[in-house]
Amino acid sequence: MKSLIAARHSWFEATARARLAGLLDAGSRHEIMPPATSEASPHLAILDIPGAFDDGVVVGSGQLAGQPVLFAAQEGQFMGGAVGEIHGAKIVGLLRRAMREKPAAVLFLIDSGGVRLHEANAGLIAISEIMRAVLAARAAGIPVLALVGGSCGAFGGMGIVAKLCSAILISEEGRLALSGPEVIETVAGVEEFDSKDRSLVWRVTGGKHRYLMGDCASLVEDDLAAFRLGAIDFLAQWQEPAPSVANLRVTQKVLEDRLAAYASFRDGLQVWAALGIAEPEAVPMLDRDELVALKEGLPT
Amino acid sequence: METLDFRFDSAPVSHPADPALCGVVGSGNLEILVKAGSESTACQVCIKTAARGFGDTWRAVIGSFAASHAAGGTDIAINDMGATPAVVSLRLAQALAEYQGAA
Repeated sequence: MKSLIAARHSWFEATARARLAGLLDAGSRHEIMPPATSEASPHLAILDIPGAFDDGVVVGSGQLAGQPVLFAAQEGQFMGGAVGEIHGAKIVGLLRRAMREKPAAVLFLIDSGGVRLHEANAGLIAISEIMRAVLAARAAGIPVLALVGGSCGAFGGMGIVAKLCSAILISEEGRLALSGPEVIETVAGVEEFDSKDRSLVWRVTGGKHRYLMGDCASLVEDDLAAFRLGAIDFLAQWQEPAPSVANLRVTQKVLEDRLAAYASFRDGLQVWAALGIAEPEAVPMLDRDELVALKEGLPT
Repeated sequence: METLDFRFDSAPVSHPADPALCGVVGSGNLEILVKAGSESTACQVCIKTAARGFGDTWRAVIGSFAASHAAGGTDIAINDMGATPAVVSLRLAQALAEYQGAA
């Protein structure tokens, strides 16, 4: 047991660079605009706040199981992984480079609360440019895989960006939503959503819930090696579908049905019961393999 | 924010290499970027810190680092979000080791 724990390296606790070291083939990582040549945020400097040399995101190229990939990894420990102007420009530039270089995939290690509010409109514009660039890369046939399992999850604009990617790989610890729990509580009151109730937060935004709902393509353990294997599996079987109006209509119908079925629910427990899970209260204690088996046994 | 600049004499580093970064600018933490400097027997340090008024403490910590390590010929830049002196000392030693290829 002890050796099992020692052999695991948590994705949740790792820094962006440590995640990349565990994800990519050993020694293959090449950073574009590394800290010594990147620019810190001019907006934070004006506000008299120390910036980060790389503005909180690591971009570059590497190999995954021998295939060329580009990567962008957000550092959740710096300002909640929030997207500022330079941070966003690095990601957009990387996605545009992908359209030129045609790597096997872009790996997008998301760990972010969304827009960096200090940078106001510059941050908002950066997020919308990332959205456009993700879609442009996919339209050019480059898969963009979102990996979500950091302490900040994927919220706000980055929640939308995650859903625009080809697929999402998530861990139980990962979270994915639009407005963050504290934002909802601030705007609509604690009766609407109690952001201090961590169990509730995970039942509504957490990796298990997102996987059960079909929002994420796969659920992996909170482990660097598990994320690597998950990404390799994705690369092996994914074909980027050609964009079509018919596919959009199908997706729209699925979302409308989902809204009609679940809009009145307050808790993941209710949704899981409606999905046909006999013991929804047991879900939070299931391990990754048990949960995947449970989902595969559900009526579709 | 406060910006502090220090220069301390220090023995030349043994294996200068590519620029090295360690740490993250998060609460109670800091990031340190070590790259080649202009003087082989001095270590130049520029600090941007969120906590004002700790210049004397920084001087003592960096001075002790420069005296106990061969850090000459380096240019060290620091972004700090309130790291304690013990954390700063450990990160400096780690950054210097990585700069010399111990990653």
